[in-house]
Amino acid sequence: MKRVIASVLGAVVIGLGAQGAAAAEGGPELPEYTWSFDGVFGQFDLPAAQRGLQVYREVCAGCHSLRFVAFRDLAALGYNEDQIKAFAAEATVVDGPDDEGEMFERDGRPADRFPSPFPNEKAAAAANNGSAPPDLSLMAKARPHGPNYLRALLTGYADPPEDVEVMEGQSYNPYFPGMRIAMAPPLFEEGVEYQDGTEATVDQMAADVTQFLMWAAEPKLQERKQMGLKVILFLLVLTGILYAVKRKVWADLH
Amino acid sequence: MSGGFQTNNPVLKWIEYRLPVFSFVDHAVGSQYPTPKNLSYWWNFGSLAGLALVILMATGIVLAMQYTAHVDYAFDSVERIMRDVNYGWLIRYIHMNGGSFFFIVVYIHVLRGMYYGSYKAPRELLWMLGVVILLLMMATAFMGYVLPWGQMSFWGAKVITNLFSAIPLVGEDIVIWLWGGFSVDNPTLNRFYALHYLMPFVLVGAIVFHIWALHQFGSSNPLGIETKGPQDTIPFHPYYTVKDLYGMGVFLIFFAAAVFFMPNAMGEAINYVEANPLVTPAHIVPEWYFLPYYAILRSVTFDIWFLSAKLIGVILMFGSILILFILPWLDRSPVRSSKFRPIHKQLFWVFVADCILLGWVGANPAEPPYLYIGQAGTVYYFAHFLIILPLLSVMERPRPLPNSISESVLKGGGTAMGATAKPMEKA
Ligand code: HEC
Ligand code: HEM
Repeated sequence: MKRVIASVLGAVVIGLGAQGAAAAEGGPELPEYTWSFDGVFGQFDLPAAQRGLQVYREVCAGCHSLRFVAFRDLAALGYNEDQIKAFAAEATVVDGPDDEGEMFERDGRPADRFPSPFPNEKAAAAANNGSAPPDLSLMAKARPHGPNYLRALLTGYADPPEDVEVMEGQSYNPYFPGMRIAMAPPLFEEGVEYQDGTEATVDQMAADVTQFLMWAAEPKLQERKQMGLKVILFLLVLTGILYAVKRKVWADLH
Repeated sequence: MSGGFQTNNPVLKWIEYRLPVFSFVDHAVGSQYPTPKNLSYWWNFGSLAGLALVILMATGIVLAMQYTAHVDYAFDSVERIMRDVNYGWLIRYIHMNGGSFFFIVVYIHVLRGMYYGSYKAPRELLWMLGVVILLLMMATAFMGYVLPWGQMSFWGAKVITNLFSAIPLVGEDIVIWLWGGFSVDNPTLNRFYALHYLMPFVLVGAIVFHIWALHQFGSSNPLGIETKGPQDTIPFHPYYTVKDLYGMGVFLIFFAAAVFFMPNAMGEAINYVEANPLVTPAHIVPEWYFLPYYAILRSVTFDIWFLSAKLIGVILMFGSILILFILPWLDRSPVRSSKFRPIHKQLFWVFVADCILLGWVGANPAEPPYLYIGQAGTVYYFAHFLIILPLLSVMERPRPLPNSISESVLKGGGTAMGATAKPMEKA
């Protein structure tokens, strides 16, 4: 009977798979990368996420916001209080109104969220050929197969094939739905200088920034998986005991 | 005081004399509730549905303490729960996946009823109350999905509420009335929140009647023959209490695996993008448990006479559930359990396969070849109820039924507890 249950569940999963496939149609198959955060024991790769933060700050932050992430959250990536204060202080935040009723600018504090590069969506669109760069806080969860998609997208820029017309201000990228994206290729070889000496290839930077964005989208991933292991272990023991009790209670019946 | 509940504890005695709760419980799910001795694990799914509902209500009430039902803040408040509220991520993922597991469990529960003919006399009303529960669940889940105010929340709400515009003459007005405005907007979100909070309590009310009706004749069983005396039954407690508890343990293992290791697998990625009325997602799909109905809805692409394709689709979609209400009268076979119905047994699985097929079609765009597969699946779905079951009732030759549960159990080998019980005369 459990096999039947398993097959019903299996069918559900297949159904979901079909859903995923439908969403990704059109472009080439997404590559299957391996990620440190995959699987039951998966965790973030902190050095990679730190490099990813650097890529985000030096490249993506020029166009994209990260509005759900506060500087203080960076403690989870292994930064200490002073480093976080320093990151925050580099940002300029609009605050107010003050006692005179005026808005004023001040240095960022750890409790501030990452600032947006544009005052509003209209301004963001105007500066980017009419397409506003979306917020990246949840991007790694907001696309099917998020992390694989992000890395493929960031490394997938290519010359368009003959039959694809790409307009001014657009780039050809087969992984993007519609294949024409308003984001110019953001990553170039050695575009950032990694402090830990890692060679900054495009794929390396794409992988690192994806690692960082996955953390930004799912900051409780490590806590969740660690708790999950304990909960499952507990439930296995509990269910084992309940099964034994059930056997014992029913023993006089059959 | 009735036979069952005995105690020497003076406090319990004092209470029991004034308010006989203990004997009430004992009669409901205790030693005074005789239950067929041969229930299989498929009979666990009713109590699992109850557990899922309790989990959903408990986590839902806690979520409500942090959630903000306003189009400008709903999405942000959910992210706040995920990031800043202590264990908010846990509560939300439990609630989110709890919905899916509720449907998994209830679908199995319903299919169990269809396989074993649990809906047949004298349990028709029990079954119909079940269908009411199913409808209430669906309404609750649909409105709950709107609350995080992601892209699919918004567009799902828009597509489904728009269906009512297919109603001739008053359709457009009904939609505006449902929305509380001229589009899915803040009033819509607010009323959905109010109703999403209310409906589970209505659900509890329906379940009380469901269980009440159940207790009138007790559970059916895999053989589908009535219990004929004490040798066929065992007390609910401790036998089925412990069996249900064991089932809950197994359920929780699956549930925890989803919550902790793949919490977003059953959701749509695009719902992590905040709702935007100006940007329509490429594919609008409902949650997985609605996909078969969605396929039925979209399978109608032609008008018939004065009925628009849309209206027929809507009628068929609702009809696919409502038809369950009359299932006890469509299947007239005197034999309940498919164990003794060789053809029904196979066609039951064909029906299950058809539902899964429809679900798969529902996840895909409404264009060929999916469209044609969906149309075939829809025709088969209704044919199963309206043609196959009535025909089977008269054409199928059921296998002989055992005389009684205890006889059948004994034949299965082993010693029975009630070995001394005298054989019952044939009913
Ligand atoms: C010059 C500005 C600019 C920079 C720098 C930039 N982007 Fe973008 N990005 C955009 C624009 C504009 C869009 C919207 C594209 C569209 O809708 O066609 C976009 C869209 C995206 C998307 C969404 C794709 C989708 O599926 O909708 C992702 C993911 C993304 N950018 C990631 C990044 C990352 C990671 C970086 C840093 C490595 C980065 N971007 C740097 C302008 C930029
Ligand atoms: C909130 C959802 C529901 C809950 C909590 C619930 C609860 C229960 C419980 C505890 C039982 C007894 C145990 C069992 O036989 O499995 C039961 C029996 C039953 N339920 Fe439900 N139920 C729900 C939904 C439904 C639905 C949607 C249907 C049908 C459309 C249904 C039809 C039945 C039938 C026919 C029985 C009797 C089964 C038998 O005795 O063979 N239930 N329910």
